Amino acid sequence: MIGALFVTAVKALVLILALLFAFAYITWIMRRGLARFQVRLGPNRVGPFGLLQPIADAVKAIFKEDITVAQADRLLYWLAPLLAFTFALAAFAVIPVGPDGWVVANLDMGVLYVFAASELAIYGVFLAGWASGSKYPLMGGLRSIAALVGYELALGMAILPVVLMAGTLNLQEIVEWQKQHGYFIVYQLPAFLIYFIASLAEMSRTPFDFAEAEQELVAGFHTEYSSTKFVAFYIAELLHWIVGSALIATLFLGGWDAPFGLPEIPVLWLFVKWALFIFLVLWIWASWFRTRYDQMIRFAWGVLLPAATVWFLITAYYVVKGGMA
Amino acid sequence: MSVMALAKALGITLRHFFSKPVTIPYPDAPVPLKPRFHGRHVLTRHPDTGLEKCIGCSLCAAACPAYAIYVEPAENDPENPVSIGERYAKVYEINMLRCIFCGNCEEACPTGAIVMGYEFELADYRYADFVYTKKDLLVDTVGSKPQRREAKEKKKPVKLGFEVPYVRPELEGVKYE
Repeated sequence: MIGALFVTAVKALVLILALLFAFAYITWIMRRGLARFQVRLGPNRVGPFGLLQPIADAVKAIFKEDITVAQADRLLYWLAPLLAFTFALAAFAVIPVGPDGWVVANLDMGVLYVFAASELAIYGVFLAGWASGSKYPLMGGLRSIAALVGYELALGMAILPVVLMAGTLNLQEIVEWQKQHGYFIVYQLPAFLIYFIASLAEMSRTPFDFAEAEQELVAGFHTEYSSTKFVAFYIAELLHWIVGSALIATLFLGGWDAPFGLPEIPVLWLFVKWALFIFLVLWIWASWFRTRYDQMIRFAWGVLLPAATVWFLITAYYVVKGGMA
Repeated sequence: MSVMALAKALGITLRHFFSKPVTIPYPDAPVPLKPRFHGRHVLTRHPDTGLEKCIGCSLCAAACPAYAIYVEPAENDPENPVSIGERYAKVYEINMLRCIFCGNCEEACPTGAIVMGYEFELADYRYADFVYTKKDLLVDTVGSKPQRREAKEKKKPVKLGFEVPYVRPELEGVKYE
């Protein structure tokens, strides 16, 4: 019992460190990648290829002055970045990176857990907007919540066909199912597309990056945050990107399963598929515009949700009629 | 908002992703300049005799809109002339802080003595160091004052931060590496 707990604790620690390392270098990849899309070089002065840039950024951010607005609700103002950060980190716990033991928590309701964690992370946004005691964070927070809730519905609806077909909520078993029958991107292409679009909103990336429509809202819900508290939000935001990409890869692209009969190496194949989605999101970020707020909400409720529902009913009918068996 | 347009946007950015960045990593790599760039002035000499082209007429100083040029002429020694005419510039100074690099001095010069060169790294610390005298401007000198000072301290040749497709013929005798 104690031994199992210890093993889980070590796994969790390794995962947290890996995620924070991934975060640090995702900032580098993001800046260098966006620069290349814009025919620039990007940060290349700190260390070879600018590889030490994340460290320089961290040092700079920590030594910034920590400002609190006089009208802020002190407790919630502190709590918000903590919530956002913690639940962004927690979501990865159920994503398997390899067969059997290669997951921190092999939960039977893994899919639900991921959704619960990402829903709770919205509280970070909501509380930050409310507790800042300033108008731009309030409006930015309201927008973000409306958008996130709207897209969370489409996200949940797009995941149901997958769960129906696999017959389980356990992510490890979903991967095993795909290993046997083939990837869900083949069977569930519409669900994949809906899920991916909704994920972009969930990660607050272009074309739905309303949390930080800087032309309209300064920096959205974290306008009044500085220093380490800002870093917590920044980490949370990029972790959503990291976790979201890993989750799509797990749900629709077979997770850690080696494609094309290649040798099976834990971590590696999930990493490759994950990197694919990281690049795809970056690519979209560099290419597309930001939709207008009302367009985005209308798209979520008027297009994505009905489409996901219809596809869910089609899949349900198929499964009831006999399905894969 | 059509799907085709979105796909096209992705195509354009991907093409740019694989193209060479337009950024010039300046202090590491030289800046490509056009041959007619207006940089630090050069006082040229006649290539065959080695005599200075400047005859000390002060037309450049008269043409200068920023009053950056000061010329003090003197009579040439017939035995050992400095320039080809009767007179030469005993003192020739350009204040680089005043100079606006318009090139009017070059336009006004009747003998083609003062020519705009390519050097642009003129930043320095003291006011007096911005006054370029004859020895700083004559063709044999390569590099600005701070550049030459740095090269002397590091005991290395002057490193010029530009490249040109060709040096225009007015700058005869200038040796840019």
